[in-house]
Amino acid sequence: MKIITQIGVLFGVCLGGVGISAILPFPFPASVSAMLLLFALLLCRVVKPGQIDEIAGFLTKNMAILFLPAAVGIIESLDILRDSGIQILIICLVSTLLTFGVTATVVSLLMRLADRKERQDG
Amino acid sequence: MVNQLVSSPLFGIVLCVVTFWVGTRVNQWLRTPVANPLLIAILLCSVVLLAFRIPLEQFNIGGEIINMLVGPATAALALSIYHQRKVLGKYFLPIVVGSFAGAATSLASVALLCRLFRLDEVILSSLLPKSVTTAIALEISAGRGGIGSVTILAVLITGVSGAVFAPLMIRLFRVKNPVAQGVAIGTCSHAVGTSKAIELGELQGAMSGIAIGVAGLMTVLITLLF
Repeated sequence: MKIITQIGVLFGVCLGGVGISAILPFPFPASVSAMLLLFALLLCRVVKPGQIDEIAGFLTKNMAILFLPAAVGIIESLDILRDSGIQILIICLVSTLLTFGVTATVVSLLMRLADRKERQDG
Repeated sequence: MVNQLVSSPLFGIVLCVVTFWVGTRVNQWLRTPVANPLLIAILLCSVVLLAFRIPLEQFNIGGEIINMLVGPATAALALSIYHQRKVLGKYFLPIVVGSFAGAATSLASVALLCRLFRLDEVILSSLLPKSVTTAIALEISAGRGGIGSVTILAVLITGVSGAVFAPLMIRLFRVKNPVAQGVAIGTCSHAVGTSKAIELGELQGAMSGIAIGVAGLMTVLITLLF
């Protein structure tokens, strides 16, 4: 029974996310609305971790396989792979490298500034 | 009889589970992020469907059921972030500003490179959210008319390359701070990269996991504006 209750709570919040995204005047992913809603409910203790931990843990741990059906749809877009596969690969690699570099630099800088401020105050 | 087998929703589900199991075993045997279980499973499923000329629609009868769980799985990430809320609070500014900068860089670099290679709008929309976790990336891509399967492929390539090249990139950019290492890995290569971040250290792993959520949110917000 417990797992069914957990499914009810989690899926219920997801439905809430769908509703929120529907009401918003701009297009906003329903799953992100649900994620934010759940986070807020957890912070306010309206939802307790124990009420979703089993189903949430199961889904998070096995997340990869959930994308398999959608990914297999690639067989209908093989022409794109043939025409632009190499470019897509290059874009992925270069963009990942740049993103890493910028993020690491910004975070390192802010951490150093925070450290310096702490030392000045302390 | 074969037709009845293939038309059953159980067919799609069983094919997914079996190919993913094979992918997992291969990954355990080869012990490299390049042998990503999902990538292997995609390949095997595709080969089976194409070789036996099984229409995608019949596979999707079962596939849709698995696909339905993506939404709740994404929402479930909130619990992981909730567990990390103290660390999130402690390093709030570096995490948020860093993820924002990274998300902006990812979007800008993809847009620029697509223009450089003269790729069309559809491909651009599919590739734009490649650094974000798959569930959110799919919704961003769909919202702009991108192709879901191309997005998933781009997300996977990004994740795997992040995991494989993380140590190299850390050396290249001389990133000594573990918080910076974690946030950078999570922002550029989401969950697959996080698995590598966890190997580097607990703090890196936690930071990487948080960055997945924060960078995902940042990307959604930025794409809303443009």
